[in-house]
Amino acid sequence: MTVIEQALRKPSEVRLIPFLVAGDPDPETTLDLLRLLDEEGVAVVELGVPYSDPLADGPVIQEAATRALSHGMNLSRVLALAKTAREQGVRVPLVLFSYVNPLIQMGFDRFAKTAREAGIDGVIVPDLPVEENEALRTACADHGLDAIPLVAPTSRERVRMIAGQAQGFVYCVSSLGTTGVRDGFSRDVDAFLEEVRRVSPVPTAIGFGISRPEHVRRFSRHADAVVVGSALVRLIGERREALQNPAKREQALAEIRAFVRELKTE
Amino acid sequence: MKTQLPLETQVDQNGRYGRFGGRFVPETLMYALNELESAFREAIADPAFHEELRTLLEEYSGRPTPLTYAQRLTEYVGGARLFLKREDLNHTGAHKINNTLGQALLAKRMGKKKLIAETGAGQHGVASATVAALLGMECKVFMGEEDVRRQQLNVFRMELLGAEVVPVRSGTRTLKDATSEAIRHWVTHVEDTFYMIGSVVGPHPYPEMVRTFQRVIGDEARAQFLYREHRLPDHVVACVGGGSNAIGMFAAFLADRDVQLHGVEAAGHGLSTGRHAATLSKGKPGVLHGSFSYLLQDEHGQVIPAHSISAGLDYPGVGPEHAHLKESGRVRYTSVTDEEALDAVRLLCRTEGILPALESAHAVAEAVRLARTLPREQTVLICLSGRGDKDVETIRAEEAKRR
Ligand SMILES: Cc1ncc(COP(=O)(O)O)c(C=O)c1O
Repeated sequence: MTVIEQALRKPSEVRLIPFLVAGDPDPETTLDLLRLLDEEGVAVVELGVPYSDPLADGPVIQEAATRALSHGMNLSRVLALAKTAREQGVRVPLVLFSYVNPLIQMGFDRFAKTAREAGIDGVIVPDLPVEENEALRTACADHGLDAIPLVAPTSRERVRMIAGQAQGFVYCVSSLGTTGVRDGFSRDVDAFLEEVRRVSPVPTAIGFGISRPEHVRRFSRHADAVVVGSALVRLIGERREALQNPAKREQALAEIRAFVRELKTE
Repeated sequence: MKTQLPLETQVDQNGRYGRFGGRFVPETLMYALNELESAFREAIADPAFHEELRTLLEEYSGRPTPLTYAQRLTEYVGGARLFLKREDLNHTGAHKINNTLGQALLAKRMGKKKLIAETGAGQHGVASATVAALLGMECKVFMGEEDVRRQQLNVFRMELLGAEVVPVRSGTRTLKDATSEAIRHWVTHVEDTFYMIGSVVGPHPYPEMVRTFQRVIGDEARAQFLYREHRLPDHVVACVGGGSNAIGMFAAFLADRDVQLHGVEAAGHGLSTGRHAATLSKGKPGVLHGSFSYLLQDEHGQVIPAHSISAGLDYPGVGPEHAHLKESGRVRYTSVTDEEALDAVRLLCRTEGILPALESAHAVAEAVRLARTLPREQTVLICLSGRGDKDVETIRAEEAKRR
């Protein structure tokens, strides 16, 4: 069992997977946030590699990515950041969320090797469906990274095939659409999650649009973990000036900590 | 009539042309792409679909478009004889209508009533809005805010036709971002919405589907040329943005090994300036908008904005079949600067009384350059992809700068 699977099988009611855009608002803050999330006992952290054309993301994450890119963030720097976090004692399993093109440019093998050496445990590539992912899966297998696939409510008969080759966990997309806060979810989600769970050999996580403690609690009954992305990224975005102001930084970090604690409360 | 693709570019079951193409999209869209592919295969095997499309192309768009011998241009150039395939004479002013008629009929067959499209200059947007009106469908067109500002007249035309123009504020606020936004919208509304892509780009089956609908250009031109000249042209030239008019033209000639094919990209301010849209000349293989092809990008895989005076060529990607045709050597890809394209506009206006679109002017400029080096008994066929009415403001502003 990989460390990601172990983390998602630990007995607990709420297993949280927060998502951060690496380098937003700046690399130092990302390091502080990784330490904070580790201390709060989240199950896994998803670290997003900023990209110029994020097809699966809504405006909140897209804008955070644009901010990070404007500071010169790129895949190599994200991997270096992860390495620093590990050196600073961050223990939580780390999953990289990256669009495929930056990985292609680095080369899948070099990527997987560097990522593993930096302490990354798994990778999610939102624009690489199973039909296209063989080369990346091979590289991941060679270097001991989990290749985590996504399933969507529209996957239908594809669910079994996708779950069949999953490593780490299966990432279930809550609803049609891009990342971003949603007001509500259709009732069909629960049945979809139970179906994925039934056919998946690895744990399941649900993400896209989950922003409130009550969402987290609701979905914790039907999935092994819950991803919170845009809501956290938005909070970080709203506090970005405070985070970069030494006089206000501690207060802003405390607010983010409080938000994560509330999400995790059973 | 069932069109048979030459073997070397037959797309494989994963939508690959050699190593290019594929489907690099969010999982949410995979079902829709599979569904689209089956519907497309069914439609093109159905004579009733062909009949409906043929009728619209003839009775609505005005096909076949003529083949024009450019006698005065030929005399001026003093080399090979130049011919024009007149896609500028289509309804709405460009080849884009061939594809939108095809895709909209397919959408209708699939029972979808909502169309979305992306547009740069507005030509594909206007063509989409037009067929939506014709078939009584709802239409939303995504357009970069920068292009909305530059192409006011086309925005107004789309709105007049009943379409909603959605300004896109992300990234460079141009075609690349309009396309990303259209895909994101599609991810959200995939169950009742048909996405009409405007060129031979995007995930499989789009490049193959758009090629099929644009192939009418080449099939007509080849037959017309044979009828008039009793032989095939020696050279065929077309401009390449995403590459749909070029593929439409080339498709009919790929198997004719003696016909030399030339694709012309936009060199903007010049290939060495970094301000161009010459994806095949200056890009590297990568993934954009769902397909693996050549791409203007930095060393970290971030997409670099393109530049061209012609909004329709101003795109950092290119269709995957072109990437394959480049690597296989079947087509030669070259580029023409903004200045050279503007000169070609003036030249075609003065010699033939034809105002070409700035995009098409790139093909004209390359054809003239080529013809000069060739003997009189050779022939060059140019795809005149569209007319320049939409570009008059841009051309006028450039002329004013030059004075
Ligand atoms: C007249 C004209 N020609 C060419 C193009 C470029 O597109 P493609 O390369 O797909 O033919 C456009 C696109 O807007 C156009 O309007």
